[in-house]
Amino acid sequence: MLLMTIRRDLLLTFRHPADVLNPVFFFILVVALFPIGISPSAEVLQTIAPGVLWVAALLATLLSMEVMFRSDNDDGSLEQMAVSMQPFILLISGKIITHWIMSGLPLVLLSPVLAVMLALNESAIQGVVISLMLGTPTLSLLGAIGAGLTVGLKKGGVLIALLILPLYVPVLILGTTLIQTAALGGDYTAHMLWLGAILALSAGVAPIATGAGVRISLSH
Amino acid sequence: MPYSGKLRALYYLGIHTVWKWFHLLGAPKSFFEISGKLLPWFGVAAGLTITVGIVWGLAFAPQDYQQGNAMRIMYMHVPSSILAQSSYMLMATAGAVFLIWRIKLADIALQCAAPIGASITVLALATGSVWGKPMWGTWWVWDARLTSTLVLLFLFIGVMALRSAMENREASGRATAVLAVVGVINLPIIKFSVEWWNTLHQSSSFSLTEKPAMPAEMWVPLLVMVIGFYLFFFTVWMMRIRIEILQRENRTEWVRQLVSEKVSDAV
Repeated sequence: MLLMTIRRDLLLTFRHPADVLNPVFFFILVVALFPIGISPSAEVLQTIAPGVLWVAALLATLLSMEVMFRSDNDDGSLEQMAVSMQPFILLISGKIITHWIMSGLPLVLLSPVLAVMLALNESAIQGVVISLMLGTPTLSLLGAIGAGLTVGLKKGGVLIALLILPLYVPVLILGTTLIQTAALGGDYTAHMLWLGAILALSAGVAPIATGAGVRISLSH
Repeated sequence: MPYSGKLRALYYLGIHTVWKWFHLLGAPKSFFEISGKLLPWFGVAAGLTITVGIVWGLAFAPQDYQQGNAMRIMYMHVPSSILAQSSYMLMATAGAVFLIWRIKLADIALQCAAPIGASITVLALATGSVWGKPMWGTWWVWDARLTSTLVLLFLFIGVMALRSAMENREASGRATAVLAVVGVINLPIIKFSVEWWNTLHQSSSFSLTEKPAMPAEMWVPLLVMVIGFYLFFFTVWMMRIRIEILQRENRTEWVRQLVSEKVSDAV
């Protein structure tokens, strides 16, 4: 069931590649704006790079959040899924996993390139990849709650950001401090464990909350 | 058997009484009547304690040997900071009650708590920055507690924004309840992570469980202020809930009757 949802959603997104590609380009663009806007010197870039990468990742994830349920809601298939005999949480989890594959994973894969462009050293680049790998699934999970609560609202986009960005604060802090620690050659196991713990907690809570949110939104 | 017959009877009686009260208070009409009787008492008590606390704290309590008179803003800052967090907890509790038991009043309570909580949070931030200027030399620092209070404010704003974005009242009530509960799960994580990130704030010198790290002449007026703020919160909360009840139930018989009575009284 889970795998079937993922397959279906992946197939659907591959047929509309812009939905996936746009947030990725947005990520690159935002990251590129900082050296242009602040300073191209390597020293400055090194200090701001962890925050820049993470904030850009947060915004890119939020940007792609709105499409998570939109098309299924528009053509009514979301409603059919909600009333079907299948466990709704599995369907929701499948959608969240697909969202991460389509929006989180490309960021993780792209991040080393951008980290090099921001003059980070080798251990910091490792930190970037590890922190995004552990953190972006949490972003998709928490974002899904916002997407679920705002399904069918016309002005969903800004609202999702308002609802969800405060919840991203711990991930942002842990992710950036992990990279900073890694840049100094320190041991970042604790950060990794905390990011993993938050991921485990949100993996448990978010699908339930998202399912409840979608059902509420569908009920009117 | 773990329980004797008498104990079990007592247990069921207790549960029964609790549920009876729960349902009684959960019904908008009976809440309106009960709160109408309680409201003046709460209002008077809030006014009295805040007046006593303010005069005591600002005029009679001793100065701090280090911070001088500037520390007197503590009598506004500490109560508002404590209340800001508890009002989110209260709001989320109302949300959980609404999601579990579908009690209409809990939804009303949630909607009414959000703006009050947001204002109290703004007050905590404002008084904190006024205190920060003479002590730390700046209006704002990105310190753990300030930051987590700021995030708390955004959580309140999120609840209010979601509420106003959804037109259907039933759906928006449940959606905000879900959001409030998710926020309350996140709140300790946010607090922890922010504290880990950066802390400059003086540690809390006032808590329920430990002996206060200040003389009685200082913490007694502070305690009076904290109690006063809670009373104030409950007073305003009740007033808002009453108004919301009247608006939502404006088609029911008892509200019409109430209004016609008031009108005839006025005439």
